[in-house]
Amino acid sequence: MSRRLRRKLMNVFALSLSGVATLIGLAFLAAILWTLFKNGLAGLTKFPIFSQSTPPPGGSGGLLNAIYGSVVMTLIGILIGAPIGMLAGTYLAEYGRTARLSIVIRFVNDVLLSAPSIIIGLFVYEMLVVSMGHFSAIAGAVSLAVIALPVTVRTTEDMLNLVPQGMKDASTAMGAYHWRTITSVVYPAARSGLVTGLLLSIARISGETAPLLFTALNNQFFSSNLNAPMANLPVVIFTYAQSPYENWQQLAWSGALLITLSILFLSILARFLLSALGPGSGRR
Amino acid sequence: MAVETVAATVPRHAAAQRLREKLFRGATFVAAILVLTLLGAIAVSLFIGAYPALARFRFGFLTQEIWNPVTEKFGALAAVYGTLVTSFIAMALAVPISFGIAVFLTELAPVWLRRPVGVAIELLAAVPSIIFGIWGLFVLAPVLQHTVQPWLIDTLGPLPVIGSLFQGPPYGIGVLTAGVVLAIMVIPFISAVMRDVFETVPDVLKESGYGLCATTWEVIWKVVVPHSRTGMVGGIMLGLGRALGETMAVTFVIGNAHRISRSLLAPGTTISASIANEFTEAVGKLYTSSLVALGALLFLITFAVIAAARFMLLRMERRALSSV
Repeated sequence: MSRRLRRKLMNVFALSLSGVATLIGLAFLAAILWTLFKNGLAGLTKFPIFSQSTPPPGGSGGLLNAIYGSVVMTLIGILIGAPIGMLAGTYLAEYGRTARLSIVIRFVNDVLLSAPSIIIGLFVYEMLVVSMGHFSAIAGAVSLAVIALPVTVRTTEDMLNLVPQGMKDASTAMGAYHWRTITSVVYPAARSGLVTGLLLSIARISGETAPLLFTALNNQFFSSNLNAPMANLPVVIFTYAQSPYENWQQLAWSGALLITLSILFLSILARFLLSALGPGSGRR
Repeated sequence: MAVETVAATVPRHAAAQRLREKLFRGATFVAAILVLTLLGAIAVSLFIGAYPALARFRFGFLTQEIWNPVTEKFGALAAVYGTLVTSFIAMALAVPISFGIAVFLTELAPVWLRRPVGVAIELLAAVPSIIFGIWGLFVLAPVLQHTVQPWLIDTLGPLPVIGSLFQGPPYGIGVLTAGVVLAIMVIPFISAVMRDVFETVPDVLKESGYGLCATTWEVIWKVVVPHSRTGMVGGIMLGLGRALGETMAVTFVIGNAHRISRSLLAPGTTISASIANEFTEAVGKLYTSSLVALGALLFLITFAVIAAARFMLLRMERRALSSV
């Protein structure tokens, strides 16, 4: 075999393998979505998902308490985590852009961004659950806030950096103080980017299970008491999928479908907003 | 009169503005410092929680395989072993596939196809880990049990040395299955970083390769890969950090057995799976503390891996900036 032919064959072989690798990746996504639809869709119409709370084994019921708990804890988590994260991101992008401290903070934030979520759960357990003496929805919300925080810091800094320096200079030249420039010029200019960051952090925390296991725990009944354990979709899916009861398993699949669809919807919406921002923006 | 008012209000106005500036600046600074202290607080609280167990077992905690809640003897070895082995399997499977995806997305795919395929792979990263867990338990594990595992036992099992990795009955769930699920989970992360790194390779370098009649593959292997080596390793380490700490997906499929088996088909456990499974059921201070100590150990391991990854990516970014 000539050297030229061998090189050509090697080229075709390697590139086909890369195509196969991509197909494998896509196949996994397709397989997971297909399984979710196959096992979860029937339950959405068969059970009173949105109107009744989780049933006892063998009984009939829905996921109302879990959906309510997930929404409430995600919202509180975002309400705590996002403002702090946006302020910190503002510091990194505006006030401390070149400070040595900022380099350290960026690094620490990146570490927090990829820290295992179960560690966050243990941390909040040690901080809140131990001192309060019991599991509670508020502890669950705080652990979600800790996970949302680094995400918002990162996206806020990235998005603020996209605002053209000329706009900020123009505001400063008119005599505006820095805070006025940031709140009246920079934030509005970066608005859709900031909203994207918010959506991404909501998507990130709404499927988190590990940190809720020993902070919010779970609740068989409907509860709106923030100071008590609260049901939530991920933990319900976790316990019900491992249970031997068929109706619980079916509920787990329906919950899984519900949660995946909402997260994929949020992610796609965020991407759509980003691409509306203009080509090239939003890339790291 | 009017002159007086203006003269009086302008300094007052300016003072109010200065105060607000101070307040806003102070608020952003405090928030930034909070991020910094958060990491410290996590480390401190974990080690305080782990102290009773560490004081009791000392270094034995790291070297003992035993995990017996009844006699209150705890050692982390089995969990650490499971964590490392599952992550190793995951990386062995995920790195080549991620590399292939990154090559496909940057060099091979027609431009109109790049974005949709890239987004689809990224969406795989958005799927919550618990979904991978139930999918792994109900779909992947039976498939592995009935097809892949019997084949492994029949073909690789009789071989010397590596044969011992593929002994025993095909349970379906176990270390190997956990590794496969982890691989699927980290593929989108590694391939996203690799794609971004490949895109930073200057076109001039690639074109000079093509100018010498190199094939596409030769340009990738001999120009793109050497140029992006640091960034690639950074991306792989980032994926490794994720695999080491992943909880829910592993908990479903690993089998939760605190023992070290030679065979990859046997059930085992990981640090995160042990914590997730046992924490709420743990009775007694020593049991809880031992689980927190496992968490502290995981924190140390992942912190080291993630820090190394970030350093490499940072170096890569600096070099990319300086070469522009």
